[in-house]
Amino acid sequence: MSEATKPQPQAKGEKTPISDTSYVGIDAILEQMRRKAMKQGFEFNVMVVGQSGLGKSTLMNTLFKSKVSRKSVQPNVEERIPKTVEIKSVSHDVEEKGVRMKLTVIDTPGFGDQINNENCWQPIMKFINDQYETYLQEEININRKKRIPDTRVHCCIYFIPPTGHCLRPLDVEFMRHLSKVVNIVPVIAKADTLTLEERDSFKKTIREELRANGIDVYPQKEFDEDAEDRMINDKIREMIPFAVVGSDQEYQVNGKRILGRKTKWGTIEVENIAHCEFAYLRDLLIRTHMQNIKDITCSIHYETYRVRRLNESNILFTSNPPDHPAPATPQPNGVAAHRSSVE
Amino acid sequence: MKVGVLTSSNDKDSEIKHIRSLSLAGHVGFDSLPDQLVNKSICQGFCFNILCIGETGIGKSTLMDTLFNTNFENFESSHFEPQVKLRAQTYDLQESNVRLRLTVVNTVGFGDQMNKQESYQPVVDYIDRQFESYLQEELKIKRSLHNYHDSRVHACLYFISPSGHSLKSLDLVTMKKLDSKVNIIPVIAKADTISKSELHKFKIKIMSELVSNGVQIYQFPLDDETVAKVNTTMNGHLPFAVVGSTEEVAVGNKMVKARQYPWGVVQVENENHCDFVKLREMLICVNMEDLREQTHTRHYELYRRCKLEELGFKDTDSECKPVSLQQTYEAKRQEFLVELQKREDEMRQMFVQRVKEKEAELKDAERELQGRFEQLKRLHAEEKAALEEKKRLLDEDQSSFGKRKAAAQLLQAQSLTANGKKDKDRKK
Repeated sequence: MSEATKPQPQAKGEKTPISDTSYVGIDAILEQMRRKAMKQGFEFNVMVVGQSGLGKSTLMNTLFKSKVSRKSVQPNVEERIPKTVEIKSVSHDVEEKGVRMKLTVIDTPGFGDQINNENCWQPIMKFINDQYETYLQEEININRKKRIPDTRVHCCIYFIPPTGHCLRPLDVEFMRHLSKVVNIVPVIAKADTLTLEERDSFKKTIREELRANGIDVYPQKEFDEDAEDRMINDKIREMIPFAVVGSDQEYQVNGKRILGRKTKWGTIEVENIAHCEFAYLRDLLIRTHMQNIKDITCSIHYETYRVRRLNESNILFTSNPPDHPAPATPQPNGVAAHRSSVE
Repeated sequence: MKVGVLTSSNDKDSEIKHIRSLSLAGHVGFDSLPDQLVNKSICQGFCFNILCIGETGIGKSTLMDTLFNTNFENFESSHFEPQVKLRAQTYDLQESNVRLRLTVVNTVGFGDQMNKQESYQPVVDYIDRQFESYLQEELKIKRSLHNYHDSRVHACLYFISPSGHSLKSLDLVTMKKLDSKVNIIPVIAKADTISKSELHKFKIKIMSELVSNGVQIYQFPLDDETVAKVNTTMNGHLPFAVVGSTEEVAVGNKMVKARQYPWGVVQVENENHCDFVKLREMLICVNMEDLREQTHTRHYELYRRCKLEELGFKDTDSECKPVSLQQTYEAKRQEFLVELQKREDEMRQMFVQRVKEKEAELKDAERELQGRFEQLKRLHAEEKAALEEKKRLLDEDQSSFGKRKAAAQLLQAQSLTANGKKDKDRKK
């Protein structure tokens, strides 16, 4: 590396600047970081939640342009609706231009499919908390691994059926409970059944309902770091939930081969933003905000879980994680328990 | 062909994961992930902490000034420090869009004392303190690790004086104590006092002494192909012989950093004159991130493990079942409370005992006093009785005397009257 002998002009900031005469090389650390990141590889865990038949697996395959979903891995299993919500996760190593990523897609068959759907979000909540718990246990070990494997759910894509009216009670319940523990990205599934006007009014209704119920979906307003962030995220917030169409079949349109759905009245192009908002979703999830999603999971959701868990252990002297979220103010009960146990 | 196996979290015993590699049918876009990561780091800024150990006047501050091209407002230290001290100063530097928070820690008075046995201790204590405060932050319940100003020492430049012979025993002892706590990069200071051939021999001698004494200095990493070659070459040039200077001298038609002597000009950035450029390249341009990572994953983890084990925490208990930190903590807390209770009881008992003793003592004293009082009273009574007796005798005497006196007086009176009668009789 011969950068050291080339004199380069430096930017003068309010901080003590390096003088003009020669180059120190501090900004080479960016390159070092990049190298380290490429060597280590990345991890991304995404969960898809929605009723069966909404196109979750197809959307995942479309997003990652390969057969990442559970169904593609188990092609011969007959499709049956499970009696309870199951959690099935599949992992893949994907690579693009030297960047390696371990992608895990977590499927939740059975969600919302029973006659009685009360508390069907609970197994999902438990799974998410279990991942946090595993990470926490590994982190507080004496001899811990160099890189703790990250199985925490970074992002949860929630599929809203395209009724065109409003959110159903199940949707509201689910999002209300889970928006506090994981980043939720709501999408309108099978959006090719809505016209553009229907789509816009549906989205507006959904946004209002989310606001009315105090549900904070990704990107959360409170985690905006600075004005620039807020501006970018406000634009995104104007557009959620994204109306998406998924497809893993290619068709010939205007001489190009593109992903789409062919019907008798036309071909819906998945990546055409005039047709559906898949491209926006893909850009948000993968191209621009993936790191941010991971950071919010690590530093906010996980820390919240950790604080609650450590406080609980302190008070109740147990080491078993709770299956349900702790009561809002554990202190009064906890203190009483403490006193009685000491006596 | 490997087929992906589903893992269901409902049955934890079938946790085998075969992760299959997939090829993508098109451009997905996550190749921008490193860029996203880098952008985030630029917003956050970087942190780097260097510790400079060396004797007073060996050129530590000058080298730092030269390395980072700024004037760090240092002042000369005296040679009369009674103990080794460490002075840490933090600076915010910026180059293009990278902000660096640099902390330079210098030893003050190292090697000046007459008895240098304890010279390494303040340095070790400083490094441990930084690890400790990071550990404390990590163990807190409400913590903010991403905002935390990391003060752990990432690199330690050990300045060897250019004697040309070998390492001093102080150097060996200090480096041995530090090699498991920090990345040590030895440098030969004031290298313009050594000739080229002497330097070569000196370097070989130093490295062989380090190896024979088992001192683990920092080796530039060889696992990444892009930098493995240059790192291997540089590993062969250790320790770097450096010259520091912030003054500029005209050489040819350029102003360069150099030291001017009557016999010539030593140019700092000339690779034929000294290894300064190599040091800067290795320390900053190529391996800064690796230094930080080694500190975090190796030295800090070692410290953490030792510290927690010292406090009595284990990962598995006597039945080799995994024990959580929380359980151990609770067990220890109970133990501690029980111990406290025991001590309290003990103290109370001791107190009661002492009170009893004192009481007994006092009772004894009282009895003794009582005895003496009785004795005195008796004596007094006896004496009184004796005196009464004497008084009685005296009274008796007195009364008998009185009687005899009365009798005598009567007799006298009788005899007088008898005489008077006789006289009367004669007169008739």
